[in-house]
Amino acid sequence: MNVFRFIAQNHTEVLELTLEHLWLVVISTLLATAIGIPLGILITRRPALNRPVLGTANVIQTIPSLALFGFLLPAPWIGARAGRLAILALMLYALLPLIRNTYAGIQGVDRAVVEAGRGMGMTDRQLLFQVELPLALSVIIAGVRVATVTSVGLATIAAAIGAGGLGEYIFRGLAMVNDQVILAGAIPAALLAIFADFSLGWLEKRLGPR
Amino acid sequence: MNTSSTADAAIIFRNVSYALDGARELLHNIDLEIRRGETLILLGRSGSGKTTTLKLINRLLDPTDGEILVDSKPAREWDVIRLRRMIGYVIQEVGLFPHFTIERNIAVVPQLENWPADRIRGRVDELMDLVGLDRGLASRYPRELSGGQRQRVGVARALAADPPILLMDEPFGALDPITRAELQREFAALQRRLGKTVVFVTHDLREALLLGSRIALLEDGQLIAVLTPDQFLHSIEPMVKAYVEAFNTQ
Repeated sequence: MNVFRFIAQNHTEVLELTLEHLWLVVISTLLATAIGIPLGILITRRPALNRPVLGTANVIQTIPSLALFGFLLPAPWIGARAGRLAILALMLYALLPLIRNTYAGIQGVDRAVVEAGRGMGMTDRQLLFQVELPLALSVIIAGVRVATVTSVGLATIAAAIGAGGLGEYIFRGLAMVNDQVILAGAIPAALLAIFADFSLGWLEKRLGPR
Repeated sequence: MNTSSTADAAIIFRNVSYALDGARELLHNIDLEIRRGETLILLGRSGSGKTTTLKLINRLLDPTDGEILVDSKPAREWDVIRLRRMIGYVIQEVGLFPHFTIERNIAVVPQLENWPADRIRGRVDELMDLVGLDRGLASRYPRELSGGQRQRVGVARALAADPPILLMDEPFGALDPITRAELQREFAALQRRLGKTVVFVTHDLREALLLGSRIALLEDGQLIAVLTPDQFLHSIEPMVKAYVEAFNTQ
């Protein structure tokens, strides 16, 4: 197929774009995890915050991705650099699966186990770190997996605002009406997504139900 | 009801009531004294308030009225974590930590209390012997054990830090009759050896008669009577009689 020849001929650029793409996905997912997991934990402790937090994350998800990138452009520090904007947008999209899965994972821990832990004198922190989080881990990883895989796809749009990544080829190819170029962006992106899904899925199973 | 000097009382309920979120009162005006070293049975049918009463002792619930004294000090004034660590808690579903080995399950409270590792190891061995568990099971996981073995671990876990008080909520209720009888007998022997203050919830009169030094009958959130097993069987109090009759016809 011509695509593979194209990729071979332009392998430096393909690699560069792939790394850019990975960078966008990894940083935004890490940030989303750092914010989403604590938020998920918070709403298990304060049920009153459940609706507003999950509701907000849900609303963010429903905003069309290109529109979200557009909304954020005028923002002072963020809008200045395409990379920052892309990372922020990707991070916002990744929040919902992370918050929701953290919440569901913790709520899903056997109530008897939690009661036993509380009854024997575990502090809330001890309960969280020694019992609830370890038992919720597999569900939380599932949330990371969903967030990552979606991010790989969404990051292709980053190219539309000049943030780089494999979307560059896709948009370029669309403009040139050149299938090879489109596929040179789309195939590596798809492979990245599959790889992320597979490896995180493996991790999820490893830490799975005992 | 027999009165005793407060010094003998491990746990005292003074005019305790409990209502769920201002709605139904689950307990009304409970006055109860639980003596050091006795096995007090909280007996009653479903919804009688016996589990609620139990949970007020380790403050998994707090009373809406009245007060509970543990070791002569109001439960309210205890640091709740300290209080719970000196009370062993065994529940019907057992609630073993599925991601911990048996050994680690038993060692939970000693570990929370920062006991040195070798003391913990020794204590786990001692407890496994005490509750009749093969020491070889120490490195297994709860899912690999039978229901009866799991509850033995539950009891061992509750006893690990050598608490003076033990709360048990229908601990043998989920077991088959043969295993249940076995554990009841063993527990009775264990209690004779250890002499802990035990508060034991059950709806089974036979279990109550076998294990209890006194039986507190609860019905609809009220304390009906507190009697020794012998007194219970011969009581003319109507609700007590009804309970005895219900079990005789079985």
